[in-house]
This record gives sequence, structure tokens and C-alpha cells, in this order.
Amino acid sequence: MVESPPPLFEYLLRLGDNALVLGQRVSAWTGKGPIIEEDLALANVALDLLGEARSWLSLAGAVEGLGRDEDALAMRRDAPEFRNVLLVEQPNGDYADTMARQFLFDAWHLPLLRVLARSSDARVAEVAHASAPEAAYHLERSREWVIRLGDGTEESHRRMASAIDRLWPYTGELFESDALEQTLARDGVAVDHSELRLPWRATVLETLAEATIDLPADGWHHSGGRRGMHSEHLSYLLSEMQYLEHRHPELKW
Amino acid sequence: MYTQLVDTEAKRLRSRSELSEPEQLFQARLDAEQKIEPGDDMPEAYRRTLIRQISQHAHSEWVGMLPEGNWITRAPTLARKCILLAKVQDEGGHALYLYAAAETLGVARETLIEELHAGNAKYSSIFNYPTLTWADVGAIGWLVDGAAIMNQIPLCRCSYGPYARAMVRICKEESFHQRQGYDLMLALCRGAPEQKQMAQDALDRWWWPAVMMFGPPDESSPHTAQSKAWRIKLYTNDELRQKFIDQSVPQADYLGLKVPDAALKWNEASGHYDFGTIPWDEFFRVVQGDGPCNRDRLDTRREAWEGGRWVREAATAHAVKTAARRRDTHATAPGSNGVSP
Amino acid sequence: MNDWPLWEVFIRSQHGLAHKHVGSLHAPDGEMALRNARDIYTRRGEGSSIWVVRSTDILASSPDEKEALFSPSISKVYRHPTFFPMPDEVKHL
Repeated sequence: MVESPPPLFEYLLRLGDNALVLGQRVSAWTGKGPIIEEDLALANVALDLLGEARSWLSLAGAVEGLGRDEDALAMRRDAPEFRNVLLVEQPNGDYADTMARQFLFDAWHLPLLRVLARSSDARVAEVAHASAPEAAYHLERSREWVIRLGDGTEESHRRMASAIDRLWPYTGELFESDALEQTLARDGVAVDHSELRLPWRATVLETLAEATIDLPADGWHHSGGRRGMHSEHLSYLLSEMQYLEHRHPELKW
Repeated sequence: MYTQLVDTEAKRLRSRSELSEPEQLFQARLDAEQKIEPGDDMPEAYRRTLIRQISQHAHSEWVGMLPEGNWITRAPTLARKCILLAKVQDEGGHALYLYAAAETLGVARETLIEELHAGNAKYSSIFNYPTLTWADVGAIGWLVDGAAIMNQIPLCRCSYGPYARAMVRICKEESFHQRQGYDLMLALCRGAPEQKQMAQDALDRWWWPAVMMFGPPDESSPHTAQSKAWRIKLYTNDELRQKFIDQSVPQADYLGLKVPDAALKWNEASGHYDFGTIPWDEFFRVVQGDGPCNRDRLDTRREAWEGGRWVREAATAHAVKTAARRRDTHATAPGSNGVSP
Repeated sequence: MNDWPLWEVFIRSQHGLAHKHVGSLHAPDGEMALRNARDIYTRRGEGSSIWVVRSTDILASSPDEKEALFSPSISKVYRHPTFFPMPDEVKHL
């Protein structure tokens, strides 16, 4: 009989995969940003996210107790085993798409980490505590870019408004909650993600107003990342990221 | 190294008596190892040569992000991915420091970048070679950064203050670049046979391009004498090349890899390695634009720059709007002490 | 003109020394100049405080005036402690 993995393992994969997939996306901008200063800033964001992903995935491996380390989890799982939200796997698109995706994520990521920093599980609290200041900086930066592009030129306004519109249906998933999360939340280990909607919405409302962008209407939203039901984009991302592991399995690098 | 064939506008080095009085004064300052600073009097040819050299150096760092950048999304472990990303990011930083040093000579960064995109500016020939496997990332760190450091450490003492200061900062940051490359090669050479083969193949392809990074032999480098007199080049191409080969061959031996030069041999009498014929035809062809990746590299740079134009314009437009709003708020505020009525 | 204006960056290191010029960058406004300075010049934890100044707002002394500005102080050797020789027997001075 196969034992099901501990709930905390599953939850840590969600946290780790969000940071890993977004970090992978952002890292693809390196050397191709709109100006050198932005290249450096984007690389810092990617490095923070990848660092956070490594911490969550290492912890996940330890919690699972089967000897899988961060790389085994990052490089040897297929798309249906990934637990990230669909928002972070959306393609980079143009700079407005990238910044809108980052902002919608950061505005959720920061309050999440702040709550997790008080987790009853000291290991979870430690990683969240270390990552929260980075997330705060990311949010300041992405928020300013949403405003700058929204309230910039006609062209940048059009691009940012359309990016927000396109990504909006991926934000509902951020606040979905399931039995696993609710159990962990009851024990004070994790947080019920539906509680993050209020702080997220406050940040988004204020930022979009300053960016002169209308708040899109809430309606149907995409869902499924946490159950391994992803968009078409993820397997392309993984086949690139896991290329060497596929070609030369189980080697040390 | 990252600057090759820098034109000094001098056909030959003039003797002291051939120099004008201001030129003699300038040369005396250089000979006394004084630093030249942005506002100082300097011969036009010195200024123009420095712009060419520093901007070529900056372009090399900037274009140099691309070949290794290729592998960021495919790095085999998360640790290697972070290290590579940090390294490529550093190269962007180095480009930035160098462009800023060039700007102190009265030329806008944008102008330099447009010269690059128009195909009028050079960058190091090495970045026109492709990165075909993961081992190429190691070979670049080990050999290309190794060659660059050899050139850049002396440049910390060059005559132009802003260039020297940029080099100090760059050398400090770059010390980990060569090591991460060698560490990557070590991991491959200690790994499976297919990994070692990957490392050997990378060395085979990168060795000669790295040896050629130092530029053509001294006898066909007409500008070396002038550059040395101006103290913007401290060692000749051949001196640095020999030092590079002497240093790299034992490192290759330690890895258990074979340097692809049948004529390579330790010379007890000279205390240096003798080496084979360098394929200079290839070097000049690549410098003239016909290397494996010249067009790809420039296209990528141009696309990023043109594709980012609307972003830069939007940021400027927003800054203008915000500044105007702040002025309006101050103008209509009831008193400037911030107390509301 | 697409490029953003040039700013000079000054950083106070962890060790409590005064802000020191570390380099330049381009940014459309002061806020972004500060952010960029953080991303470019403190990648290795170099700083605890950042100043940015528009390069065009800096007034520099002219190299032609170097003599007029700096020679007078060279003649005032009594401003340096080594001007006052002390007997070897006297300590702590």
C-alpha cells in the first residue's frame, strides 16, 4: 500500500513551485530587458525567487523523508506533479505582461509570507521570515511599474490595461482554499488562502487607481494548478528547465 | 580580453621632440603615473581612443551576457542556475560601470549603444561563438573570464581615473567568475564519461578563440606602442597571451583534459610553453562580422533595445507627469509648511 | 532621446563611514534611481544608506583652478600632526 505524502509536504510544494516557476520565467529576461538597469533589477527578483524556491523544496524533501532534495523535486517531476498556481506559469509576453503578473503575484505573496512567518512550524516560519523582505521589495517595484506604465504614454497604458485584463482570470485561484490548507491553518502551520483576498484587493485597488486602469470585473476564473491541472505553458517551461536531467538522468553537476 | 584592435589614430609612436608643448606636458603627467580625470586637459586622440576602448569593453560585457545567458533556463541544478544568473547579472553591472566611465568623456550611453546596434562598434570576438552544451558555460568561466582578468587587473592602474576605478570594482566582483567556471568543469571531469566528453568538447572549441582574445601578435598591432605610452594598455598582447597559456595548461592537466594544440610543449630554457600556429584568418573573419553568431548577437541586442523603447518612453512620460503634479500641489498648497487650513 | 538622465550614486557602507561615490546609473526619476542604485550597487550587501543626485546638479571644481584651490593648503603644514616633533620620552600624544 502506498502511503500518501504528509499534508505539509504537499503544501510546501505549492509554495516552492510558485517561487520556482516564476523565478524561472523572470530569469529568462536576463540580458533582454528594456534597459541595463532593469536587467539587473529583474535578475535580482529572479534570484530571490529561486532562492526561496530552494528553501521550500529542500524543506519539502526533508518533510517527505524519502531522500529527495531540491533538485530531485525541481528536475524530476512532471507537470501534473507541479503544484504552482496558473498565474506564475503564464508566458513573459511584453514588459507590461511581466510586470502585471509580478504585481498580481507579489500583492498576494507578501501577505502570505507575513502570516507564514508566524507559523507554528519553526521551519516554515524561518523561510517565510527570510523571504518576506524580498517580497516586500518586489511588490514596491512591480507596483511602481504598473503605475508607471498605466499612467505613462498612451501605448504603455493600453499594454498595461490589456495585461491586467488578460491575467485577471488567473487571480481567483490565489484565494481558493481546500481541506488540506484548512487543516494546516487550524494547526497554525499554514494560512487559509481565502483570508489573503482582503489585503490583496486593497493593494490592487489602490495601485490600479493610481495607474488609471479600471478594475476588471470578477467572473469565472481559471483553476487547477494545485491539483496538477496546468495550462499548456507549463510543460514547455519544464522541458527546457529539465532538459539536462532528461538527457542525462541521475548525474551530478 | 574584451578590447581588441583599438585604434589610437597613431601610425607610429612619435618621439618626445615631435610632440607639441601641451602633449609633452600631458605625457609628463602620464610618465609620473598621475591619473587623468574627466575635466582635465587631454589630447583629443587620447579622449577618442579611450571612448573607443572603454565602450568596446562595455559592449563586450553587455553582448557577453547572451552566450551564457542561453543556459540560465537550462542549468542542471538550482544552485548552478542561481550562480550562473548572478554571474550574468554581474556582467550587466560591469557593462553599466564601463558605459558610465565612457560617459565621463562626454559621450551619451545611448549614442554608444546605437553605434553598437548600427554595426559600427566592436566587441570582443569571443562572444560570437555559440554555447552548444552546458560545459561551454564552464569553459567560458574558466578560460574567457580567466583571460579577461589577466587584462583587467593591470587596467586597475591605467591612466584614466574613471576607467581605473570601474576596473577595481569589476575585478573585485569578477574574482568568483573564473572559479565558478573551473568548479563547473571539475564537476564534469569527475562525473560520468559523457560529462567528461562534454568538457573536452568544450575545451576543443573554446581554446583557440580564448587564445585569440588577446588580439593579434605584437608585430601586427600598430597601436600597442601608443596605448602603452598613454598607459591605457599595460602589457602587450603577446605577453598576456603567453601568461594565459602558461597558467591554463596545468589547469587543463589537472582536469585531465587535453589542450587541442599538438605543438604545445613546455620549454625548459624559456620557462614558458611553446604553442602552435594561431588561426588568425579566423580571428580577422570573426572580427569583420563573419563569425558563427555575430548576426544573432546583434539582432538580439537590437530587438531588446527596440522592444524596450516604449517602456523607456513610458517611464520618462510618467516622471514628467509626476514632477508636474508635484509642482502644482506645491503651487496651490495653502502655505508651504504643510499645515492644512 | 530615449535614454534616461544620469544620476550619481553615493553609498554609506556598513562601517559607518560617510557616503562615498560608487558610480552612476540612468533613471527617469529619483525614486527609480534609488531602486536601481540598490539593485546595481548593493548586490553584495555593500550598503546601509543610498543617496542619488542628478549628475547635472553637481557643481565640480574646475581642474584649471586646481592650483588656486588646493595649493594654499599645501603650505599650511602646521595643520598636520607630523609638523610638531615630540620628544620620544613623551607618550600618548
